[in-house]
Amino acid sequence: MSEQESDANEPVEMLRMPVELDYTYSAGTSASRFLRAFAEGKLLGQRCPVDGKVYIPTRGSCPQHGVPIDGEPVEVADKGTLVTYSIVRVPSENIPLELPYVAIQVVLDGADTAMHHVLSECELEDVHMGMRLQAKWKPREEWETSVGNILYFIPIDEPDAPYDSYKEHI
Amino acid sequence: MAELTGVVGIGQTKYAAKRAELSMPGLLREAALRALEDAGLTWNDIDAVVIGKAPDMFEGVMMPELFLNDAVGGAYKPMLRVHTAGSVGGSTAVVAASLVQSGVHDRVLTVAYEKQSESNATWALSISMPFSVATIAGAGGYFAPLVRGYIRRSGAPDDTGIRVAVKDREHALKNPLAHLQLEDISFEMVANSPMLWDPIRYLETCPSSDGACAMIFANEELARQAPNPVAWVHATEMRSEPTMFSGRDQVMPQATLDNAASLYKKAGIQNPREEIDCAEIYVPFSWFEPMWMEGMLFAPTNEGWKMTYEGATKLGGELPVNCSGGVLSSNPIGASGMIRFAESALQVRGMAGEHQVDGAKKALGHAYGGGSQYFSTWIVSSEKP
Amino acid sequence: MRDVAVVGFTQSESVRRERDRNEVEILIPVIHELKTRAGITSEDLDFVCSGSSDYLAGAAFAFVSGLDAVGAWPPLCESHVEMDGAWALYEAWVKIQMGYADLALVYGFGKPSMGDLPLTMALQLDPYTTMPLWPDAVSIAALQARLCLEGGVLSERDMAEAAARDRRNALDNPNAQVAGDFRAEQILSEPYLVSPLRKHDCAPISDGASAVLLAAGDRAKEMCERPAWIRGIEHICEPQELGVRDLTRSRSTEIAAEKAGVGAGKVDVAELSAPFSHQEILVERALGLGSDTEVNPSGGALAGNPIMAVGLSRIGEAADRITKGSANRAVAHATSGPCLQQNLVCVLEG
Repeated sequence: MSEQESDANEPVEMLRMPVELDYTYSAGTSASRFLRAFAEGKLLGQRCPVDGKVYIPTRGSCPQHGVPIDGEPVEVADKGTLVTYSIVRVPSENIPLELPYVAIQVVLDGADTAMHHVLSECELEDVHMGMRLQAKWKPREEWETSVGNILYFIPIDEPDAPYDSYKEHI
Repeated sequence: MAELTGVVGIGQTKYAAKRAELSMPGLLREAALRALEDAGLTWNDIDAVVIGKAPDMFEGVMMPELFLNDAVGGAYKPMLRVHTAGSVGGSTAVVAASLVQSGVHDRVLTVAYEKQSESNATWALSISMPFSVATIAGAGGYFAPLVRGYIRRSGAPDDTGIRVAVKDREHALKNPLAHLQLEDISFEMVANSPMLWDPIRYLETCPSSDGACAMIFANEELARQAPNPVAWVHATEMRSEPTMFSGRDQVMPQATLDNAASLYKKAGIQNPREEIDCAEIYVPFSWFEPMWMEGMLFAPTNEGWKMTYEGATKLGGELPVNCSGGVLSSNPIGASGMIRFAESALQVRGMAGEHQVDGAKKALGHAYGGGSQYFSTWIVSSEKP
Repeated sequence: MRDVAVVGFTQSESVRRERDRNEVEILIPVIHELKTRAGITSEDLDFVCSGSSDYLAGAAFAFVSGLDAVGAWPPLCESHVEMDGAWALYEAWVKIQMGYADLALVYGFGKPSMGDLPLTMALQLDPYTTMPLWPDAVSIAALQARLCLEGGVLSERDMAEAAARDRRNALDNPNAQVAGDFRAEQILSEPYLVSPLRKHDCAPISDGASAVLLAAGDRAKEMCERPAWIRGIEHICEPQELGVRDLTRSRSTEIAAEKAGVGAGKVDVAELSAPFSHQEILVERALGLGSDTEVNPSGGALAGNPIMAVGLSRIGEAADRITKGSANRAVAHATSGPCLQQNLVCVLEG
């Protein structure tokens, strides 16, 4: 009690108020189809009905044209071109990767949108735009309905894609 | 149709990593009371309140404007809460101004804030969602690849970003409210600071700050009674586009180009570089200065970096940019956009103190957010349109 | 002031849990249908404004993906409020008033089934002194109901009558989540959920979305045979602290109603967004509605409560009745915050 009294004029500058809320997410109808295919090692995109561009993953609509994307799926390759990247040297509590790691945007062959992922098994000084990459999958028995089935991308021995071929994705 | 509207009061808190001596309501009041003092007004003179901040998760309060409203004199008044990602401070000012421009209200108070010390923004921005792989480490992780894209297409020298950082940090030394005050700032100091998200170095990034910024708008008749000079709103503009679509130019989004063209048209500006005296641009990572010099049509495509290189964007240069020290020096996220708007108004009011641009008559305030997809801007002037 | 009207309204069904669709997928058909019916594309929109809440989605910037449902291309003049879509409509109305827009799209959406809504709403309270006690939204409303009962402001029967009326009205609303041929006696015979509130006194938890088109003057007349003209739209916010305001009346609704001119003529229809039966009565009284007003023909928020869209839907429902010719003058109401803290009142005429 006396201790509290002596602190009576001290400002309270910080409270700890842990907030824990549970959420149950649905991937959505469109992404569910994509994820179910992913569990079988297939990468499924869908075409925008307006301009025919292949979106992967789809989210049910074309963000550019505001129309539903509900047509037949289009399979795209698990290799592609590195569009742009950053070598990340900052720890983030949500990201379990060892530092430094290479955050990339990769456009898969047959797709018209780039996706965010990670590059590995590559010397940092060798990372460059336009390099050709291949997905490194988890062992087949560990596949689930998650994009985590692809651990990361690795470089492959193919000539670089010319800048003009991927610059529209930056 | 729009009523002529002026900024008659501006209040900013001291920006710092921790304003632990203040609660959230206290932080907002510090800014709002200074704005009232500047305008020579009291709470009772205010018709409506507009509050802006970035995501609620930053402080862990859902729709915090509800509990903050009466601390800024909003009890039994209309109150709006704006949230448009990083551009929110700018959008909030635009919405507040529109309440007067539309003739709906005569005098409106707007406050934007963030209390980053009561939160963890990088956590809130990187919450792992199911079905996806977490690879993007906060805002830096998102924007670094875009900076690389800009360097590739423009051929800008690698040290352009360093030069921007040095300039803004020198400017901050002239602004007593700025959070980061690096007395011994130098090219070497920035160049040798750790590479965080290659090609972005530590001193090329913005800090995490606590702070709030407030402005008071009045219609023409009431603005004439203001004790201090008025910044007249010539035009406001906002543009948004989707985060991702096939072929989207993420480095120089169409939304910034459309926004700039429309803003200048509304403000009757033919040649922005000549007619605008100074600008406060949202630059959270130094490379975004040259990028937005192009995005705001001050420089031809791929030549924005030349303005930095030539010293045009320095205090005393042809188009001083971020004389306050910018987002690189103070970053209470939700307020950062409004600070740009407020600082541009301070310049044309001749009230910017040591970082005043001599004879500034027309200024640009700018904010952007999301994945370079939300833009809000305005033109203010010491003269009526 | 410019003449501004509601010229289109679409909404999703209110459902307890959208199992398959995410928020954007709920929104896509709502906006698509509105645009298709009006025969417009995104390029025709001078302004777009939305209302949603990050905490419902448990993620920062949850509203950003909402844009994907609109088709924001070419880039749109667009804004967002972290409020019910009714306030987004207010912002759009202001934009039209200032002459920056003639046609505006407004939408609101929420998928509260992802989390625990009553508990999440506790995060709206003062984070230093109140929220750490985690008072959930139903309990807070129950405290208010108790005050009303003890103060003789209303009775449990009044509450049951209001709930039963909404349930019955909802039978004609294909989008309603809770409907039934209820009588007050039935409701009163049920056990308390959180005393003195019974299950029927509480709005359901609903996933859903709605969208409205606003147009000015001649544009409205071109687009709609019978536009629902906004003759008054006002909103007021009270202090939040429960101890500093009279919880047995809705002062902010009273002020907004007076400024919006609710009393200037007969009100044919009123659509109220109160999420608890006692609050519905307080709002009804604050609006000064008489026995000649049909209240909540859609069933109101008690029949379907897609938070962040429910207030906008009330404006849409009221406008719909004018457009279809079954009402000449209507009032719509939206609310936000604990115990009717913030209220918006909109007067519409044919």
